[in-house]
Amino acid sequence: MTPRATLATADRVLGQLRHDHRTVALLLLVPCLLLVLFRYVYDGSPQVFDRVGPLMLGLFPFVTMFLVTSIAMVRERTSGTLERLLTTPMRKLDLLAGYALAFGAVALAQAGLASAVALGALGLDVAAGPAVVVALAVVNALLGMAIGLFLSAFATTEFQAVQFMPAAVLPQVLLCGLLTPRENMVDVLRWASDVLPLTYAVDALNEARASATVTGALALDTAVVLGCCVAALALGAATLRRRTP
Amino acid sequence: MEIEVGTVDGAVEVRGLVVDRGGRRALHGIDCVVPAGTVTGLLGPSGGGKSTLLRSVVGVQRITAGTVTVLGLPAGAAPLRSRVGYQTQEVSVYGDLSARANARYFAALQGVPASQADAALHEVGLAGDADLLVGRMSGGQQARVSLACALVGRPEVLVLDEPTVGLDPVLRRDLWALFADLARAGGTLLISSHVMDEAGRCERLILLREGRIVADDTPAAIRDRTGRHDLEEAFLRIVEGAGLAPDPRADIEEVPR
Repeated sequence: MTPRATLATADRVLGQLRHDHRTVALLLLVPCLLLVLFRYVYDGSPQVFDRVGPLMLGLFPFVTMFLVTSIAMVRERTSGTLERLLTTPMRKLDLLAGYALAFGAVALAQAGLASAVALGALGLDVAAGPAVVVALAVVNALLGMAIGLFLSAFATTEFQAVQFMPAAVLPQVLLCGLLTPRENMVDVLRWASDVLPLTYAVDALNEARASATVTGALALDTAVVLGCCVAALALGAATLRRRTP
Repeated sequence: MEIEVGTVDGAVEVRGLVVDRGGRRALHGIDCVVPAGTVTGLLGPSGGGKSTLLRSVVGVQRITAGTVTVLGLPAGAAPLRSRVGYQTQEVSVYGDLSARANARYFAALQGVPASQADAALHEVGLAGDADLLVGRMSGGQQARVSLACALVGRPEVLVLDEPTVGLDPVLRRDLWALFADLARAGGTLLISSHVMDEAGRCERLILLREGRIVADDTPAAIRDRTGRHDLEEAFLRIVEGAGLAPDPRADIEEVPR
């Protein structure tokens, strides 16, 4: 890895975002507004917000970074910039690390703001505290980024890339234990949920909600999610071909 | 012909290059040499294989058979990536960044100082508009940003795919003067164009049609062979095979493999 190319790429990706004020506003404000909406939709049964709120804080960065990364990579492929980048001394890892750094920073801002709103203004209670929630949110952002990067290789247009979101994300949301406990699922679905990375991300957030200390289960769940990030990034790197037909 | 080609000091050497794209043969076993320190024009109609040949030279094209050697190394080899500059046919720069941010990004990737990015923008005549967003520029300005990103780092070999398309005559003249300067300083330039009036500005010409080379010579020699001063007419004569012995390479192509 060459630090200069990695940092230049992160700076370039953030520079592109800086010129797109509306996207920045959507990235930062939509999660906050959704949390407020969620809080008051369940105004009559606050225990629902208390249980699901922390999970939402992890879900937003996962979904938004999945979308942003897959669209960005489809653009790099279709505009010819990816082909051009791969003719420079830049390594594939520099490109991936640059994206991870840039979107990780965005996720940090997004999760920081959403956590401030949820834990502060909306009175959400997370035993492990805001720092752990924000850290888990950034891990989830990296997971969304890594999966988005890998799946973008199978999309030839931005339309297709957007359609991968419900296809890849919604089944994980249904199966991860957010809507119904995994113990209540039929065996086949529970086995499926066992191999989906979002399950472990949600488990980690549940741990953080319930326990004031960083438990072994939380550490293990986080390690599984990070392992999935590395695996998805490795698969994604394999799809960045220098030579194309 | 073979002997003459073999003696040329080639920055780029292509041997028996066969490329299949999208289920059809795009290049039918091409042999050519781009001499070091020259401006070589790659001309011919659209769809004739020009971009495919250029992609093969920078090492991003999957090839079916043959070899492409650049500065003595296989095309696309890692050490070549800082020595070969490439401008794709489409404007492959970031529209949501300024011209300066684009050029500086490519400077950083090449490991050269940002001042070289500014110098490259100056060379393509964009110093005054460097802080405009590329997406808000005219097509001709965007093409020049893309060219500047290829010039950054002073690569020894420049592979430019239609760099002057959509530019006004004054800018085209200035850019061809820049290309000649770069070649005089020792650079090797392989430049595609479908505008025949640019052919006369090249030291060597390769005419590619339907995936085959139909002429590979100096402009003067092509004029002599065809008896036409105007290169467009000369090419038409070659292509139509009128008043001219068939190119020896064309014969070789007909031999079944």
